Amino acid sequence: MRSKGSNLFKYITLLIITSLMIGPLLWMISTSLKEPAKTFTQFLPNPLRWANYAEVLGNSTFLKQYWNSIYISILVTLLVLLFSSMAGYAFARIKFMGRNVIFLLLLSVLMIPAEVTIIPLFLFMRELGFINTHLPLILLPTFGASGAFGVFLMRQFFIMIPKELEEAAIMDGCSKFKIYWRIMLPLSVPALSTLTIFTFLANWDEFLYPLIFINSRELMTLPIGLSLFTDETGTAWHHLMSATTLATIPLLIIFFFAQKKFIEGMTAGSIK
Amino acid sequence: MLRHFTKGKKLSSKWSDNIAGWLFVSPMLIGFSIFMFGPLLYAFFISLNDWPLLGEETFIGMKNYESLANDPTFIKSLINTLLFSLGLVPFNIILAMFLASLLKNKFWGIGLFRTAIFVPVVTSLIVWSIVWKYLLASELGFINQMLALIGIEGPSWLLSVSTALPVVIFVSVLKNVGLNMILFLTAMQQVPVELYEASELDGASNFRKFRSVTLPLITPTVFLTMIITTIGAMKVFGQIYVMTRGGPVDSTKVLVYYIWETAFKHFDMGYASALAFVLFFILLAFTILSWIVRKRWVFYEE
Repeated sequence: MRSKGSNLFKYITLLIITSLMIGPLLWMISTSLKEPAKTFTQFLPNPLRWANYAEVLGNSTFLKQYWNSIYISILVTLLVLLFSSMAGYAFARIKFMGRNVIFLLLLSVLMIPAEVTIIPLFLFMRELGFINTHLPLILLPTFGASGAFGVFLMRQFFIMIPKELEEAAIMDGCSKFKIYWRIMLPLSVPALSTLTIFTFLANWDEFLYPLIFINSRELMTLPIGLSLFTDETGTAWHHLMSATTLATIPLLIIFFFAQKKFIEGMTAGSIK
Repeated sequence: MLRHFTKGKKLSSKWSDNIAGWLFVSPMLIGFSIFMFGPLLYAFFISLNDWPLLGEETFIGMKNYESLANDPTFIKSLINTLLFSLGLVPFNIILAMFLASLLKNKFWGIGLFRTAIFVPVVTSLIVWSIVWKYLLASELGFINQMLALIGIEGPSWLLSVSTALPVVIFVSVLKNVGLNMILFLTAMQQVPVELYEASELDGASNFRKFRSVTLPLITPTVFLTMIITTIGAMKVFGQIYVMTRGGPVDSTKVLVYYIWETAFKHFDMGYASALAFVLFFILLAFTILSWIVRKRWVFYEE
C-alpha cells in the first residue's frame, strides 16, 4: 500500500540519522589506525598503523586504568547482585515488621542525586583516609542508585515467582536463607542477568566519583584517564582513538551478545 | 497443651520472620544510611556554614542561600542548565518519536537501523564526547573539512559562545535518543491493531493515523519520558567537562559543573552545598511531577 516514494524517503532519512550515530565510531576506529601526522588529513588510514594499538597497550598507565575499570565494575556488579537480591527476596516474600516503610525508604534513594551527597561524602572519605583509593568507587555505587534500582528490580521479579515452588521447602523446614540461596536465586537468573548488564554499564561509565576521589593516574578508571589523555605535545589523536576504541570494545561485545537483555535493562532502568 | 504448642510456634515463627527479614535487608539498609541518607542530611548542615576545605568552618545560617541571588555565575549556570534542558528535551523527544514511527513496522534492514541508533546509548559518554570533540575541531576537524568541500567555512564549534551550547545539546541528543526511541517503540507496539484497521477503513493518511491514534495512546509514555529526560538533562556534567570545561566565557557552565568547580577547585564546601541543594529541590519537583503523571497514567488505562 505504501508508495515507493515514501519508502525512498524513509531509507534516506534513516541513512542520514544512522550515519550520525555510527559515523563517529567508524571515524574513531579509522583514526586509531592512522599515522600521527595524518590524523586530520586522511579519510581512511593508509598505511594501516597497527603500532598505535601496540603503543597504547604498552603504556602501563593505560593498562592499569583498564584493569581498574574492569575489576571495579565487576566487583560493584557482584555486590549489587548479592545485596539487592537478598533485600528484594525479603521485601517480596518475608512478612517482617516495618517492611513497607523500609521499602519506601530504600526506593527514595533513587531520588537522591549523587551530585548533592558528593561533598559530605568527600569530607567523610577524607576523614577515613579513603581518598585516592578504590573503596569509594566500590562502596558508593553499590549503596547508591545502582543498588536501589537492583532492590526494586529483584523485588518485582521475586513477587512474580509462584509461591508453590518454595512451599515444599517450607514444609521440610528449610531456613529462609536456604530457600533464598537454593531455590529463589537459581530461579532469578533472567532478572540477575538484566541487572548485571545494567550495573556493569552504569559503572563502566561512572565519571563523577572517580573524578573526585582519585588523584593519581595509576588509580584512575578509564573515563577519567581518557579525559586527561594529552601529553606535552598536545593531544595524540591516533593514540587517544586507539585507547577509546579499546575502551568501547567490552561494551559492544556485551551489547551484541545480550542485545535483548540489554534493552530490557535500559528500559526497566528508565521507568524506575 | 496442643493449643499452647501451636500458639508458641506461631509466635516464634513470626519472630524468626522478623529477624530473617531484617537480616536480609540490613546490608542495603545500613549501606544506604551511611552513604546516602546521612550525607544528604549532612550536606544540608554544610550548606549552613562557611566551610573552606582547609580551615575552620563557621555557622552562618542561610547566608549561603542569600548570596545565591547576587551571584551572577549562579544565575548564569541556572540559565544555562535551563537552556540545555529546553534545547535537549523537545529535540530528543521529537526525534525519538519520529524514529520510532519510522521503525515501527517491519521492512528490509529494520534490525540494522534499530541497532545502529541504539549503539551510542551503550557507548561510554566520555568516549562519545571525546570523539565528537575531535570531529568538531576548529580548522581541520572532519565536520569543518566536509563543510569546506561545499564551500562553507565552519565556525570553531566548541570555542565560540554562540555555538558551544547548541553543539553540546546536539551531541547529547545523538547519544541518548536511541533509548527514548525504544521506549516509544514499546509503547506503540501496545496500541491495538484494530484501531489502525478502523482508521484505514476511514481512509486516514499515515500522518493522520499517527496524530489521531498513536499519539493519544502513547501520551502517558511521552510525558514520563519527558520528565526522565529532563531530570537527566538538569544533571548534565560529563560531556560538558570533556567538550568545553564550561567555556567559552561560561557559556556552557551548567549547575553541576558550577557545583563541582566551587567544591573541588575553589574548595568552598558550604556554598557548593547550597548550590547542590538548589539542584536537589529542582529535581525533587520533577520527581513529584512524575509521580502525579504516573498516577494519572494508571487511572487512564483503567
